[in-house]
Amino acid sequence: MIRLVPRTDISPWLAIISPVAAMFATVVAGALIFTFLGYNAAESLYHFFISPLSRVDRITDLVVKACPLMIIALGLVFCYRANIWNIGAEGQYIIGALAAGWLALSFPDTTSPLLLPAMMAIALIAGGAWAAIAALCKTIFNANEILVTLMLSYVAALVMDVLVRGPLRDPMAFGFPLTPMYPDTGLISRMPLPGFGYIGQLHYGVLIAFALAPLAWWLLNRTLPGFQVKVMGSSPRAGRFAGFSQKWTTIGVLLLSGALAGLAGMVEVSANIGQLQPNVSFGYGFTAIIVAFLARLNPIGVIFAGLLVAMAELGGDNAQIALGIPKVVTGLFKGILLFFLLAGATLQQYRITWRSSQAKTKEGEMTS
Amino acid sequence: MTALILTVLATSIPLLLAANGELIAERSGVLNLGVEGMMLMGAVAALGIVLYTGNPYTGIVAGALAGMAVSLALTIFATGFSGLAGAPLVGKTSASLPKIIIPLLSDLPVIGPVLFAQDLLFYLAFLIIAGTSWFLAKTRSGMILRAVGDNHDSAHALGYSVARVRWMAVAFGGACAGMGGAYIPLVLTPHWSEGMTAGRGWIALALVVFASWMPSRIVVGALIFGGITIMQLAGQARGWAVPSQVLSMLPYLATIVALVLISMRGKSSYLTVPACIGKPFHPGS
Repeated sequence: MIRLVPRTDISPWLAIISPVAAMFATVVAGALIFTFLGYNAAESLYHFFISPLSRVDRITDLVVKACPLMIIALGLVFCYRANIWNIGAEGQYIIGALAAGWLALSFPDTTSPLLLPAMMAIALIAGGAWAAIAALCKTIFNANEILVTLMLSYVAALVMDVLVRGPLRDPMAFGFPLTPMYPDTGLISRMPLPGFGYIGQLHYGVLIAFALAPLAWWLLNRTLPGFQVKVMGSSPRAGRFAGFSQKWTTIGVLLLSGALAGLAGMVEVSANIGQLQPNVSFGYGFTAIIVAFLARLNPIGVIFAGLLVAMAELGGDNAQIALGIPKVVTGLFKGILLFFLLAGATLQQYRITWRSSQAKTKEGEMTS
Repeated sequence: MTALILTVLATSIPLLLAANGELIAERSGVLNLGVEGMMLMGAVAALGIVLYTGNPYTGIVAGALAGMAVSLALTIFATGFSGLAGAPLVGKTSASLPKIIIPLLSDLPVIGPVLFAQDLLFYLAFLIIAGTSWFLAKTRSGMILRAVGDNHDSAHALGYSVARVRWMAVAFGGACAGMGGAYIPLVLTPHWSEGMTAGRGWIALALVVFASWMPSRIVVGALIFGGITIMQLAGQARGWAVPSQVLSMLPYLATIVALVLISMRGKSSYLTVPACIGKPFHPGS
């Protein structure tokens, strides 16, 4: 019988090796699946993993795509570190985009430079508020936050749908369910790289993502609230003895992750779409969960993880265009990646042993 | 009126089956969050098999097997895979399960056609619920399952294999969820579309909590949620002034309300929680 025995010495190298190994295993599994489906494995893997890096504008697309993933994942890192399973980042993202959009559309003729910061603020507040519903349900009623946040994300998508098709609809849109375009001051403009000019869709929003990551790291590892989050996640009893409140930790991390998800929604719409439509998210909220885990819940790791997952997403698009591979294969990849990641995390903590060696192990434990 | 009852019942069957399976898994101490994925796999497997063989009954078996096979995998994986496997099946309609009419009893007014002129999976669902209830309460194996879920250390000390009980419970949970998912393309809407379970797996999870881990209460819960889901269609048909999206929100909002209510009952309701749910088991720890 195979058994899992806790490791007594956990090498820090494993923390870096296991995500890499998980990626490798995913690639292998992917090659197998492609062959099984009848596609050329080498070609498919090229399109999936190499082609997103082959041109400069594709690299900037990578960064642009990773931007919302990174922002959301940074918030989720805090939540998951505190053992609060916020699965509804998708809904918080949508509500943030919705609130910012409502603000922008309420002032269609403004030229004030304050519009963009105001939109960010309202997105933060709205996303946080949506997550706060789950926080209240958990702290007051002890309802499971996984289910509440998840249900709320379905509800959020429907709210966006009904508002875009109804009160916010653009009467000049030929019947399409679209809102009018945001005023120019509500858009995030493209960012020129010095020496290169404008490349692809690169916009100022990516600076937010790259600035937030070190900030989040500092907050988590160098401040008392960050320490509180880590303690309450790994040992709630110890935290309570230290005077930390489970209730406020829960509320705090949920508000933070909701706010960041809302901000991501606002940035994504203002930078890339410029108006609201029933579908502003392409599963970013759920993909960000994988990013957070791939980053091993480390804010700096989120940058790399976000870029990697964005690469897989773009790769899926390219593979679909070039080889006709169905888009759902990308979802398949993400699932396999998550599976191998979790397996790697488990193997980091536990060793696999065979029953025959159990006698030796016990002996060793008794004499040591 | 009969038609309304029929649709409510039909809509609640997937929830019923999935929640029942999850109940067994949770009673053994495993919090299996992959119900949504298992239902989708069951749906795609059932439809695929039926299109291939032409016999809708093979759909039930295929659904159960597929759900069981992936009951150990993750939801996201199964969602993607079912979308992949189902891609060639989009748009095709298939033979649905025929109704089995029980003579005499089905001639009773109202409850006749509602209860006794249904398809096999419908009867099977209620049989499974009854069987589960009896299994948990009255058989030795059921007691062992409950023991493993409530205190796995004691169960292990008594010599029961915790891992084996949990594997079997999760496999059963997967089979039921797969059958619940299979019901959707086999009976409700005889075709395939990506993500056709629309979050029902998650609602089934909440249903288990709502039912205080008792199979008989799952029937009540499933009927309520089935009714709420139907309200969206019924409301549209009757021309209610409420936008359809708001009605579509109702099952999800109702789930939240149900969760809040059940959790609010404080410590008393938590007497029925399997005490070791979600805790990994390590012998000798």
